[in-house]
Amino acid sequence: MEHIRTTKVEQVKLLDRFSTSNKSLTGTLYLTATHLLFIDSHQKETWILHHHIALVEKLALTTSGCPLVIQCKNFRIVHFIVPRERDCHDIYNSLLQLSKQAKYEDLYAFSYNPKQNDSERLRGWQLIDLAEEYKRMGVPNSNWQLSDANREYKICETYPRELYVPRIASKPIIVGSSKFRSKGRFPVLSYYHEHKEAAICRCSQPLSGFSARCLEDEHLLQAISKANPVNRYMYVMDTRPKLNAMANRAAGKGYENEDNYSNIRFQFVGIENIHVMRSSLQKLLEVNGTKGLSVSDFYSGLESSGWLRHIKAVMDAAIFLAKAITVESASVLVHCSDGWDRTSQVCSLGSLLLDSYYRTIKGFMVLIEKDWISFGHKFSERCGHLDGDPKEVSPVFTQFLECVWHLTEQFPQAFEFNEAFLVQIHEHIHSCQFGNFLGNCQKEREELKLKEKTYSLWPFLLDDQKKYLNPLYTSKSPKFTVLEPNTVSFNFKFWRNMYHQFDRTLHPRQSVFNIITNMNEQNKQLEKDIKDLESKIKQCKNKPTDGILTKELIHSVHPESPTLKTSLCFKEQTLLPVNHALRTIEGSNPADNRYSEYAEEFSKSEPGVVSLEYGVARMTC
Amino acid sequence: MEFSDLIRTRRAQAKLLRGPEAPPLRGTLCLTGHHLLLSPGPQATSELWLLLLRSVDSIEKRVASDSGTITLRCKDLRVLQLEIEGVEASLDIARSIEALSSLESVITSFPFFYRPKGLRLGDAWHFHPPERYYKRVARETNAWRLSEVNEDFSVCPSYPRAVIVPRSVDDGALARSARFRQGGRFPVLSYHHAPSGTVLVRSSQPLTGPQKRRCAEDEELLRAVLAGARPGARGFIVDTRSSQAAKQARMTGGGTEAKAAYPGWKRLHRPLERGQPLQESFVRLVEACGDLQQSTDSWLRRLEGCCWLAHVKEALSTACLAAQGMEREGACILVHGAEGTDSTLLVTSLAQLILDPLSRTMAGFQELVEREWIQAGHPFQLRCAHSAFSHARPKHEAPTFLLFLDCVWQLGRQFPLSLEFGEGLLLALFEHAYASPFGTFLCNSERERCLCEVRTRTHSLWSGLNQPKEQRKLRNPLYAPNPLAIWPSVELQSLRLWQGLFLRWIRPPEPSEVAWEKVWQIVTDKEKTKLSQPTVSASEPQL
Repeated sequence: MEHIRTTKVEQVKLLDRFSTSNKSLTGTLYLTATHLLFIDSHQKETWILHHHIALVEKLALTTSGCPLVIQCKNFRIVHFIVPRERDCHDIYNSLLQLSKQAKYEDLYAFSYNPKQNDSERLRGWQLIDLAEEYKRMGVPNSNWQLSDANREYKICETYPRELYVPRIASKPIIVGSSKFRSKGRFPVLSYYHEHKEAAICRCSQPLSGFSARCLEDEHLLQAISKANPVNRYMYVMDTRPKLNAMANRAAGKGYENEDNYSNIRFQFVGIENIHVMRSSLQKLLEVNGTKGLSVSDFYSGLESSGWLRHIKAVMDAAIFLAKAITVESASVLVHCSDGWDRTSQVCSLGSLLLDSYYRTIKGFMVLIEKDWISFGHKFSERCGHLDGDPKEVSPVFTQFLECVWHLTEQFPQAFEFNEAFLVQIHEHIHSCQFGNFLGNCQKEREELKLKEKTYSLWPFLLDDQKKYLNPLYTSKSPKFTVLEPNTVSFNFKFWRNMYHQFDRTLHPRQSVFNIITNMNEQNKQLEKDIKDLESKIKQCKNKPTDGILTKELIHSVHPESPTLKTSLCFKEQTLLPVNHALRTIEGSNPADNRYSEYAEEFSKSEPGVVSLEYGVARMTC
Repeated sequence: MEFSDLIRTRRAQAKLLRGPEAPPLRGTLCLTGHHLLLSPGPQATSELWLLLLRSVDSIEKRVASDSGTITLRCKDLRVLQLEIEGVEASLDIARSIEALSSLESVITSFPFFYRPKGLRLGDAWHFHPPERYYKRVARETNAWRLSEVNEDFSVCPSYPRAVIVPRSVDDGALARSARFRQGGRFPVLSYHHAPSGTVLVRSSQPLTGPQKRRCAEDEELLRAVLAGARPGARGFIVDTRSSQAAKQARMTGGGTEAKAAYPGWKRLHRPLERGQPLQESFVRLVEACGDLQQSTDSWLRRLEGCCWLAHVKEALSTACLAAQGMEREGACILVHGAEGTDSTLLVTSLAQLILDPLSRTMAGFQELVEREWIQAGHPFQLRCAHSAFSHARPKHEAPTFLLFLDCVWQLGRQFPLSLEFGEGLLLALFEHAYASPFGTFLCNSERERCLCEVRTRTHSLWSGLNQPKEQRKLRNPLYAPNPLAIWPSVELQSLRLWQGLFLRWIRPPEPSEVAWEKVWQIVTDKEKTKLSQPTVSASEPQL
């Protein structure tokens, strides 16, 4: 690899960013073509994918060495101290090169090989089938049909080939409308609510300027409202703040004039743009990255970042959309500027509120595939996969995941998946390990031949789905159980398990999730054992001769009876050597926590007392 | 005194609004000496609704032409609205509630009349006396003894009759040490940490005064504490005031231990909020929680402004500090503030919860509350006279006990498997501390409880809570005994607002309650299948 000058540096220190006593681990740093690897003296490995690196900083030289700070897109922050400045400089330069690739072909996905053959790879890609999904929704039907207008990407490059439109909308109308919409993104179906016969449609802003009109566009909107036999009125939701939309008029863009369109109700929602969101997240991370936060630092930081306010705005918009459909059976057309950021957020979140299918593991994948990937959310630009314009980077998809997390908090039984699933998906939108999120639209993905050269993420998540199951999920709820979240301010909380996912000391020390999952599994296993035993008893009764064999059989059914698997919660603990001096749960150590700084006072005066740091050193060896 | 004098109108027709979630109730409103009842009439399906008048914190009345609306804000933070027919009737009822809910007399309070089915008077009162705890200490060490120097409450009016003290110190020395401590609260054993052989001791501030007085017996007492632990043991005095406040206290006769007078002891100052500022913090938090219309920004600003979580953080980290000193440094810890009845108890009780696995069981936690709060003389009657809604200027009110419960809740969140009790028990303790049909939280000290004959004339909350029908609400289904110390994270990212308490009546409770039920179901399923398995294998030999 031309960028790697040093592959191995020894005696590197890794600092814990929340430890007050500047606790550190010493180990060896390795640089590979795809990862940065740190192995500490306990052989614990920390892997950092180059694509995850958002920022590398070399700080001023200190007495102990040269500090190197790496900020990752998955919110990991590592602080190394490299003993020699030369090594630090080499690594720094290599990482700068390796973390920003110029070409798609250099991304990890093109070299990643999970040992699957071509047919397995293909089956993986076929796991999510959007045609199947539209069929599930109930389209095509008497009002909606598949349009072949964009089959060759002629009308809109950033839309998928297959689009569903009202049956009465002819091709000239579609073409005309697309010319009147920013980037040609004309109104198409995103979700069809079979029960209410209402639809969620999406598009980009109209090129209305101050007075321009387009009859075809007006016809297309009318066709959408006519495709709803229950309610002729339809909502047009502009997800931008009114001021932003008005400003766009000066540039020949803008929003629908209610006078020109019949039967529409126009509504602004007020979600801020990608730049506001980017700096908001930056502020949030800055505040929370500081050591020893006081209450007022934390909450005023949380407030001034505005992050939770933005999350609430997205949620409110989705609720508005879901209400229009469930209460009024009205169809809704959603757009923002280009219709690939806020529109994707609101359409997907709205569908999630309406349809319980999207709250399953498979359904959630379908939802992301439909509203985000196929409709051209610019993943590569928003996640900064390639070395490009930093102004295009924005945590729009992260916000969507956070909204879903807030829903899982409010409705602990409504989702088949858990928090870990959301965090894992977030990990992979940045990892560039799988092909799904590469590129900015379907056309680009086809040109990159992603389906031939890379693997799809979804089958790997499905294989691992045990890890992502919510043990409290009740699947019995009918298809159209609508979630009605409460958006009172205090329901919006800081998502620690996302933004501090790598700061172990901040997390609860015992996991309820694991124990419930294990219990659930045990229950199932035990029930199965009982059934097996019962059927064997029946068999034995039928041929009572072979007494010895039956005994063996019974023993073999549960060689490792789950009832014997005791003390689930102390799994971590058993890793530690049994020692009376060692009375702590792993990860629960006074030295890990804020109050330990006071301990300096304990050791200050009399030398007879063992200092706390020493105590820890003794403990760990 | 006759209640009937205070009741102006006994009956009225009314409609009750119980917040956004519950449906309104209509019926006949009746007022008795201790309760407000709403009887929905014979044909209605809903049950009789009952409110203990003692739990009303503030009352607000508004009248229209032919009816009146009374808003009752309760001590458990519930807000109720009554629409009453007739202006006169509504005003009368409001005034009667006002008078009845603020009665000061203890012996006419409801616990003296409450006679529930299935419970016997006097049950459970013997559950948690200091003698019981002493038995445990005596098994672990013989350096301590049970002293009855306070048998008639003359040495310290706020201590129980029996206290645990160093074996080598006689009762005379204790009495003289008591004279040197505010309110007579001389150092007594709070907890013996067997694994490290160290002890947690608590007291009130020494009365050094501006002349820096000393007391030989008090010094001897603390010396004996160290000697009892192990030869050469050191001690730390955790003063819950700032060093400045401790110095200032000298001017009013109080003060803090001088270094020279107490060799082997070192003083640490960890200021904890108490009294009025704590009460104000509570009031402001509850106010913020009640405002449903506010923006996210204003909510965050008010959450910051009320400082409640800062108090939680400080209380927890001070308790951790004390616990850490005992567990890791092998040091003895003496905790005191000024009076030694508030923040002192907060720290000693939390430190025990962190270190002692027994105090994390259902019975152990009840014993801890009884021993470290009720018997230790936390003035519940004064502190919990009013909750967050009262308009009256707070005099002695302070939510110290609530702060303790909040800290326990935070521990429970971080160690969800290590506490045998669940949020339900903490909520119940909060409710009963402020208004209860049981006698447990009555009065300010053992002495007052003896004078009022609380033990013989009222029922104990513990016997009420320990009835089998209550258990599902109070227990943690996931509990797995954990023999280790539980060190919580006190970073702000790890602390959370206790929504189950502060938003209990504001947010819809269903989703979390249903999820809780599901957890119970999974756990009990497990037990059921476990039980049924042996029966299947038992049939094996008969084959």
